[in-house]
Amino acid sequence: MNSPNSKNWLLLVLLLLGFAGVWQLQQQIDRERAALHQERDELVLRSGKLIKAMSLEFAPLMADIYWTRVVQYYGDKRARHDPNFELLWPLLDITTTLDPNLLVSYRFGSTFLSEPSPRGAGHPELGIELLERGIKANPEYWRFYEDLGFIYYFELKDYAKASAAFAEGSKNPDAQIWMKIMAAKIAAEGESLATSIFLWTEVYQTAKDPKVKENALTHLQLLRATQDCKQLDALADEFQKRTGRRPLRIGELVQAGLLSSLPVDPMGYAYVFGPDGRTELNLDSPLLEQQLLEKDQK
Amino acid sequence: MRRAGAVALNTFREAVRDRVLYNLVFFALLMMAAAIFVGGISIGIEEMVIKSLGLSAISVIGLLIAVFIGVGLVYKEMEKRTLYALLAKPVRRWEFLLGKFGGLVLTLAVNTLAMAAGLFLALLYVKHRLESADGVLLIAVYFILLKLMLVVALALLFSCYTTPLLAILYTSALYIAGLFVEEMRTFHFAAPNPAMEALLRGLSYLLPNFENFNVMAAAAHGRAIPGALIIENTAYSALYSGIVLFVAAAVFSRRNLK
Amino acid sequence: MPGAAIQIENLTKDYPFGFLHLKKKRSLEGLTMEVESGEVFGFLGPNGAGKSTTIKLLVGLIFPEAGTARILGKPITDIEMHGDIGYLPEQPYFYDYLTAAEVLDYFARFHNLTAADRGERVERMLKKVGLETARKIQLRKYSKGMLQRVGLAQAILHDPKVVILDEPMSGLDPIGRREVRDIILELKREGKTVLFSTHILSDAEMLCDRVGVIVGGKLRGIGAPGEIVGMKAQGMEILFELAGDGRNAAAIIGKATKTGDRYRLQVSEQELFAALEQLQGAGAKILSVAQIKASLEDYFMNLIEADRAQAAAVEVSGT
Repeated sequence: MNSPNSKNWLLLVLLLLGFAGVWQLQQQIDRERAALHQERDELVLRSGKLIKAMSLEFAPLMADIYWTRVVQYYGDKRARHDPNFELLWPLLDITTTLDPNLLVSYRFGSTFLSEPSPRGAGHPELGIELLERGIKANPEYWRFYEDLGFIYYFELKDYAKASAAFAEGSKNPDAQIWMKIMAAKIAAEGESLATSIFLWTEVYQTAKDPKVKENALTHLQLLRATQDCKQLDALADEFQKRTGRRPLRIGELVQAGLLSSLPVDPMGYAYVFGPDGRTELNLDSPLLEQQLLEKDQK
Repeated sequence: MRRAGAVALNTFREAVRDRVLYNLVFFALLMMAAAIFVGGISIGIEEMVIKSLGLSAISVIGLLIAVFIGVGLVYKEMEKRTLYALLAKPVRRWEFLLGKFGGLVLTLAVNTLAMAAGLFLALLYVKHRLESADGVLLIAVYFILLKLMLVVALALLFSCYTTPLLAILYTSALYIAGLFVEEMRTFHFAAPNPAMEALLRGLSYLLPNFENFNVMAAAAHGRAIPGALIIENTAYSALYSGIVLFVAAAVFSRRNLK
Repeated sequence: MPGAAIQIENLTKDYPFGFLHLKKKRSLEGLTMEVESGEVFGFLGPNGAGKSTTIKLLVGLIFPEAGTARILGKPITDIEMHGDIGYLPEQPYFYDYLTAAEVLDYFARFHNLTAADRGERVERMLKKVGLETARKIQLRKYSKGMLQRVGLAQAILHDPKVVILDEPMSGLDPIGRREVRDIILELKREGKTVLFSTHILSDAEMLCDRVGVIVGGKLRGIGAPGEIVGMKAQGMEILFELAGDGRNAAAIIGKATKTGDRYRLQVSEQELFAALEQLQGAGAKILSVAQIKASLEDYFMNLIEADRAQAAAVEVSGT
């Protein structure tokens, strides 16, 4: 018996060495595969129908897998600040072909297909196509009309079609009453701050997907900031009327008794006056970046 | 080595006599059907469909053989007691394991190469000629074989101490986990806390990474695969299989037969 | 060459059982014994006594908790030792997709033999165990007895010095048993050491130079078959027929039991000749004279009973 204990130790050491080698190799392979990385974006088969035929009775399961891929794909792109969402549409196309009743995929998909870069693919027309497919497969689900109206309202600024979408959705007996109100309001006023806030609030409150919810929250915060800025500008005008000059700091409005305290944006940063004397977001506020993106689009 | 070779040849012979290679008929039929019908359903991408379908079939059939025969390699010999007479011969247990491993890998190599030949024939039928870019398919097939080698090693390890059913479960679980290893690393938004993320990351380097061997997309598009990857994947499969066989030998050498 | 072919020292083996194999059952308790070179040694004991355990330990299929053993001077952990031994497992089973010739050729490959030598030996073995005609049939179609022959052939194929056979006679018909006996005797003539296990006394008696009796994992006796307690004759039985009425031996015939035309008479060894004379005088036709022995089962049962009694006694005195 040559000491089984020392033999065990030798085994363990050899094992550790082996796994160290595996670790090392994996790093190299990862580097090598990173060069091929674009290929991981590649979809070998883009035909949803073919995939559906190949998945036999497991199509719904396959749909779930593709749905996971959609979420992974979007999350990964956002995390790497990669604005190229080229595969979002084919992946969604396959997912909804495999399982046309996967409701969550339509709302998520239409939102991020339509949203401008870098939050989304910037293809509202694809978002609309996806939703129209969803409505066809799930006519009883009135919220798709809400999403449809949403895209016309926000992304395409086509208020007639937006109003029509809300009106169409409101015909569903399950639809909530505000659908009808929205249809009328948008038809009459076009875009208004109140309408925008209402629509985003509705999304925020009903969305189940965290990404969609987060997106709605950002929009709401921006809208509130816009609202705040408008009010502060009005107060600054009032200040100018009283004193004959533009205020340089928000603090002067407080001193003048026009405000009770220093107002802050939804992220907790104080507003400032810009060089042109108009209210702006604080340079430190994370909202500023979002706002600039928004302006770029317009 | 001579003794391991004898075991390997016998394992190969068993597979052949158990009609394992009959799957080739199935593969041939699949390829023929695909070659004939694919033009009808997908104009313009026939070539891609043939390639990805062929490679997928080679991979799936190989995996089925590797797992289902692999898990019985040792267990069956213990259960049927065919091992008893053999182990009384001057053969070390690790030599026996190595032979079993080699025999199944040999079977898979023959099988995979035959299927690859079938794939090229189907391709030839569809596009009437072969291009040098189609050579990437050979690399993809080679990678599939490397992957199968690792799967056989894992199946053999489980075969040393558990029943085939459980061994199938363990092997397939590891295989599936090994496909998502990269996702474990790029799980940016769902990792609940840093400790969990670190754990997942560490695990992702220790689990066998089967995604390494997946170049199906590149092969389907006839894109070149870097030579370094071929060498690294070969080394990876050899090293990892080596580790697994080493553990299997350590387990099996201590095992009391019933 | 005199001396021990197999030396066993304090060999001990436990078998785990129960949930997670946490409990242990001792199946062999400190076995120490030797098998002389050139002898035929019989391992006797009831099923589950530890015979198979000992044999499996010797050929390295299982590993002992304690103790060592040497075969021809080499420790059993030494792979070289396997070149010198031949082993027939209990109820052997081989790859059923191979033919007898193929399986023998396969096993031959593990020994240092040239291809020609291998082929020649396989032929010789097939002839020896009487499987020449069945050589091209796959083993899946073999009967139990035929498999036993294949097993024997592979055990002696490489001309080993020590042959270890686990229950070589079990499952065989009378002709098969005689053939196995002949092979064992032939091995003995060739100067080989044979160790075999059996639970059938007559096999051991007919073949063995010495026997070891193992019961409950312990060696209970070792020696020539006649020396072992319980194997000595308990008396003699005479089987005879009567031509006449046998009046002049009425006394002795009265002690006999009659079945059909035949009579059976039990006498002690000392009385045998007197009884035979009397019977012959009465014109009886003696058909056979045989020893009466206690069956091995009875012997084993006695040993087990004794164990229990002792255990009980220890328990009582211990409390």
